[in-house]
Amino acid sequence: MPAPRAERAGGSLLAADSVPRVGPAVAVADLVKDYGAVRAVDGVSFEVERGEVFALLGPNGAGKSTTVEILEGHRTRTSGTVQVLDTDPASAGASFRDRIGIVLQSSGIDPELTAREAIDFYGAAYSRRVPTDDLIEMVELGEKADARISTLSGGQQRRIDMALGLVGDPDVVFLDEPTTGFDPAARRRGWELVERLASQQRAVLLTTHYLDEAEHLADRVAVLARGRIVAEGTPAQLRARAGSALIRFAVPDRVEPVSDLLAPVSGRIVGRGRHVEITTDTPTADLAQVTGWAAERGFELEGLTVTTPSLEDVYLSLVADGEGGVEPDDVGGVPDGRDGVPFGAGARPGDGDDGNAPDDGDGQP
Amino acid sequence: MRTLWRCVRMQNRIFWRTPIAAFFSLVFPVLMLVLFTAIFGNDAFDSVYGRVSSSQFYTPGLAVYAAASSTYTGIGVNLASRRELGILKRVRGTPLPPWVYLGGVVLSAVWVAALGVVAMVALGVAAYGVNIEAAKVPAMVVTFVVGSASFAALGLALASLARSVSMAVPMANATLLPLAFVSNIFVPFGTDTPAWLDVLGDIFPLKHFGLAFGEAMNPFSSAPAFEWHRLGVLLLWLVAGAAVAAWRFSWEPPVVAGRKSRSLARTAPA
Repeated sequence: MPAPRAERAGGSLLAADSVPRVGPAVAVADLVKDYGAVRAVDGVSFEVERGEVFALLGPNGAGKSTTVEILEGHRTRTSGTVQVLDTDPASAGASFRDRIGIVLQSSGIDPELTAREAIDFYGAAYSRRVPTDDLIEMVELGEKADARISTLSGGQQRRIDMALGLVGDPDVVFLDEPTTGFDPAARRRGWELVERLASQQRAVLLTTHYLDEAEHLADRVAVLARGRIVAEGTPAQLRARAGSALIRFAVPDRVEPVSDLLAPVSGRIVGRGRHVEITTDTPTADLAQVTGWAAERGFELEGLTVTTPSLEDVYLSLVADGEGGVEPDDVGGVPDGRDGVPFGAGARPGDGDDGNAPDDGDGQP
Repeated sequence: MRTLWRCVRMQNRIFWRTPIAAFFSLVFPVLMLVLFTAIFGNDAFDSVYGRVSSSQFYTPGLAVYAAASSTYTGIGVNLASRRELGILKRVRGTPLPPWVYLGGVVLSAVWVAALGVVAMVALGVAAYGVNIEAAKVPAMVVTFVVGSASFAALGLALASLARSVSMAVPMANATLLPLAFVSNIFVPFGTDTPAWLDVLGDIFPLKHFGLAFGEAMNPFSSAPAFEWHRLGVLLLWLVAGAAVAAWRFSWEPPVVAGRKSRSLARTAPA
């Protein structure tokens, strides 16, 4: 594929950069948002540099969408400071929205129009606009560009969403679940597009449920749970946080409370029903403790595995903590299973904030 | 101005690609004129305008009904549907000024209303010999503009109060249709009409819109035939509609059972 926008790499990018810039593209400090008595965002701080892909991860209701919509100017905040392109989005006008691109899950496109008409219409509002044909090629709409949007598949409509988010040649791009509905090959090409955006010195703020997407695309990741950032860093740093190994097993139904087993274990323990996960930096010692205990009592630990934690493992344990996951002290009652926190625990009923997300199950590959 | 013009053109394009909307705004009212005249005959009878043919009575009323339906129902349902689809939210995230977008929606609806009125009057004059006089055309035009603006503002109010398309459609129909029956549109009011029905019609804007337009076409009225007090009532409703819209209009898609929908809504105005 040809370079999508030669003129940005040359002309318009240079022109934009000739304006003196201070600070990162996105700077959020102590952001708080209350909905009545509910604190949806509780003291969130992060920064996104130009040329960086920053991913916000978290279950539904963690405050991702609320945070992003405050940055986009869609919502007001309760307190804290927010600067996007050195502008406060809450009071920003058309000139601010001229420089940002938003790809939301919940914003539709007029189904009566064709993709080309929609891009032409929305594009005309921007001062720096990318030619429609370039965008159609960039998001690979091809011959579907002249079909009514109502006849297109969800994945094809997402491509138009992407094109509409980029039509104004934005400096900051907000991507909300950008590849939902894409087939695996399209997803890979979607990722290439996002990487290209960052290589063009745009700041990209990505929210996603797909851990592999965050791992592949993000320079830095922040995990949100209950309105707070519970971890932030590069994907490698986050993985490292989890220790060097992950021991998983399930105890048989009939087995006594396992607190005596788990007490001497050095790693972090998360229990879900009969299932136990131990993340540890001393896997040999902990494994010996666990297997010795089981062998002494003469039973097998079902599904016993020792693995290197993936970002997903880290994410799930972080989110489980944030959602009231079981800490080591609480594990005494594991075989009872009442404390069980389902994976992808975010599915709190009645959650409207991040309710545009796909089924939780889909987000956990 | 150019941006506004682009918005109008895009809304017009959407309108013509939604055949059901085009049918109810343009074809249906004309069909009613043909049917009423066929059923009741075109003989003269004593009406509020004096002794005029039934087509002379029905043409202005149905023209006004077409205009009110295109603006009030059209704008209310269109905006509720665009909001439900998240299109209004998208617009808010672009540099396009929100009021220009809304202006496009309103002007497009007024343009459709004008087409409906012209079609109705043209049919009335050509097929049934309905009276129209050059000296009273300014009154027709001004009445149309004020009345359409008033119902457009009420359409914005409707879109502000209805939380979804599935609410906007019945709300529009449940208000406009009964109103048409007490507003001298579908049924001629005579001297024996109960007073409370008269009062009811007088409160709301449709009767004033219809009678002001009817007087401008009435062979017995004297030029220029402006009904200023009726236009005044229409302006009051315009202010009321705009106030409700300013107070309650939302660009955010409604939250449907914990999940924002983009697939739920397909426009179905009626």
